[in-house]
Amino acid sequence: MPHFTKPESGSWTEHFGLATEPVNYDDSISPEFYALEQEAVFKKTWLNVGRVEQLPKNGSFFTKELDGAKTSVIVVRNKDGELRAYHNMCRHRGNKLVWNDYPREETAGMCRQFTCKYHGWRYDLDGKLTFVQQESEFFNLDKADYGLKNVLVDEWQGFVFVNFDPDAAPLKEYMGALGAGLEGYPFGQLTQKHTYRAEIGSNWKLFIDAFMEFYHAPVLHSKQSVSEEARKLQGVGYEALAYDIDGPHAMVSSWGGMSPPKDLSMVKPIERVLRSGLFGPWEGPDLGELPEGINPARHPAWGIDSFLFFPNFMLLIWKPGWYLTYHYWPTSYNTHIFECSLYFEPPKNAFERIQQEMAVVTFKEFGLQDGNTLEATQTMIESGAVTEFPLCDQEVMLRHLHKVVRGYVAEHSAAQTQGHPTAAPTPVSAAS
Amino acid sequence: MAVLPAQFASLEPFAEWALPSEFDRYGKRIESSMEDMQAFYDAAMPALESGTEYLKGVALDGISEEDRNLVWLFCSLVTVSFPIEAWRQARVPDSGASSIDVVVEPGP
Ligand code: FES
Ligand SMILES: [Fe+2]
Repeated sequence: MPHFTKPESGSWTEHFGLATEPVNYDDSISPEFYALEQEAVFKKTWLNVGRVEQLPKNGSFFTKELDGAKTSVIVVRNKDGELRAYHNMCRHRGNKLVWNDYPREETAGMCRQFTCKYHGWRYDLDGKLTFVQQESEFFNLDKADYGLKNVLVDEWQGFVFVNFDPDAAPLKEYMGALGAGLEGYPFGQLTQKHTYRAEIGSNWKLFIDAFMEFYHAPVLHSKQSVSEEARKLQGVGYEALAYDIDGPHAMVSSWGGMSPPKDLSMVKPIERVLRSGLFGPWEGPDLGELPEGINPARHPAWGIDSFLFFPNFMLLIWKPGWYLTYHYWPTSYNTHIFECSLYFEPPKNAFERIQQEMAVVTFKEFGLQDGNTLEATQTMIESGAVTEFPLCDQEVMLRHLHKVVRGYVAEHSAAQTQGHPTAAPTPVSAAS
Repeated sequence: MAVLPAQFASLEPFAEWALPSEFDRYGKRIESSMEDMQAFYDAAMPALESGTEYLKGVALDGISEEDRNLVWLFCSLVTVSFPIEAWRQARVPDSGASSIDVVVEPGP
C-alpha cells in the first residue's frame, strides 16, 4: 500500500530503466575486481577530497591518501590563491613528499614550499623544482623537467575535487543535473564541522548501499525510537518521497517529520529537553529559499535529501538547516575508511552547541549499528553460499550504483583490449 | 574547588564528566556502570531543563572556564542519554568491536 506517489511505470526501478532481477555482488568480494575499479573508477572520476575552508590561506595544504587511485595527493592553495594538486611524491627517488611521523597518515598545514625529507629537494607551491642538493653531482639535470606530477583539481560549491585522468570532462559538467540543482545552497555558511572516521571491514560499495536505502531504518535502528513509535514505524515500513538518477549520480528524497515532532511523547526525553535529535536542532537557522534540486517532490513532510555523487561522495541536506557528507575510501576489496563530516551554522550560544552535539552523537550511534552490520554482510557474501540477492524498489539506488561500477569497469576493459589487441580479455561481466 | 558555574553546584559531584573531547566522553561511557550513568543522568537532566535559558545566554566567544566545563558536561549527558534512554547498556547493541572516532571537533 503505497503512501507516496510512484512513477507511472509502477516502480522507481523500472522508471529508471533498471532491471528488476536479483543482483549479483561479485563486484564486492574479489581483489581482482577491486584492481579493475582502481583503474576504471577511482583513476577516472572526480573525487571529492575536502572543502575550501580547509585551505583558507595561500600556502594552506592538506594531503589525502587514496588507495583507490593507488596514490597520495597534496592539495594546496598557491601564492596566487589558486588550487593545485600533485601526486605526493618526490621526483628524485620517489619518497613521499609531505607527511609527518607516519607516512600513511594524512596531514595538513601551511607552507611556502615543499621540502623532501630524504635528500632535501625543494618544490614551490606550483610544483616547480627549485632546489637540488649538490646539483653539480647530477648529470645534465634540468630542474624544469622534474616538477611535481600534476593532478587535475577543481572546486564545486566550495567542495574540492581531484581527478587523475588528464582528459577528464570539467567538474561542473561531471556533477550534472543533480549537482546543478544544489548550486546556491549556503554550504559556505555552515562551517561548524565535526568529522568522524572509521575503518570498516567491508567493500566500499556495501556501506554506500546501507546509506542509500532507508528500508533498513525502521528495523535496524528501531531501538533509537521510543517503543510505541518504533512499532508504528515498523508497521508502516519505509517509502521515499522521490528518487532521481542522472548519469552515474543518484539521489533519494525522504520524509522525516521529527523536527519538531507532532507528538512530543514520540521522542526521547533528551530530545524533548534539547529540542534536537537525528534531524538536528528542531529550530535550525533559516537558510532562505533552498535550491530547486532539494525536496524535488515539493512534499510538505520532506526531511532529508541524500545525494550520491559517483563514486564515493554522499551529500545529505537536512531540513533544519544543516548538511553532512559521507566518503568511502577503499583500502582493499573488503576494507575501507568511512568518513563523515557534519556541518552546522556556528552556534550562537552554549545551548545551540549542545543541541548540535545531540545530532552528532545520534549520527554516531546509528553509524555504529550500520558499520557493524556491514562486516557481517561482507563475510557472508564472501562465503559464496548465495550469489543472487533480490533488491526491492526502495533499494533502487543500490542497484544503480552496482550497475554503474560494472559499466565503468566494462568500458575500461573494452578500451584496454582495443588499445592493446594482444592483451588477454579481462574477466569481467558487464551484466547489470 | 568548583569547576562549574555556581548555580550548577549540584552537578559538582559529576564534574569528571566535563570532558572536552567526544572521544573521551564516549570512552568514559563505555567504562562506566549503568548505575553511575543513571545517577549522572538523573542529576543532569533536570539541571539541563532548568538551565536552558542560562545556556542560551552564554556566548561562545570568550566563554568562561566554568561555562565551558558546563557545556562539556552536558555534552556528556547527551552521550550518556543513549545507554539510559535507548540501549539499557553502555555500548550500542550489536556494534561489537566497531568504532567510529572523532577526528575534527569544535570547541565551545
Ligand atoms: S627522494 Fe626526495 S630528495 Fe631524494
Ligand atoms: Fe542506518
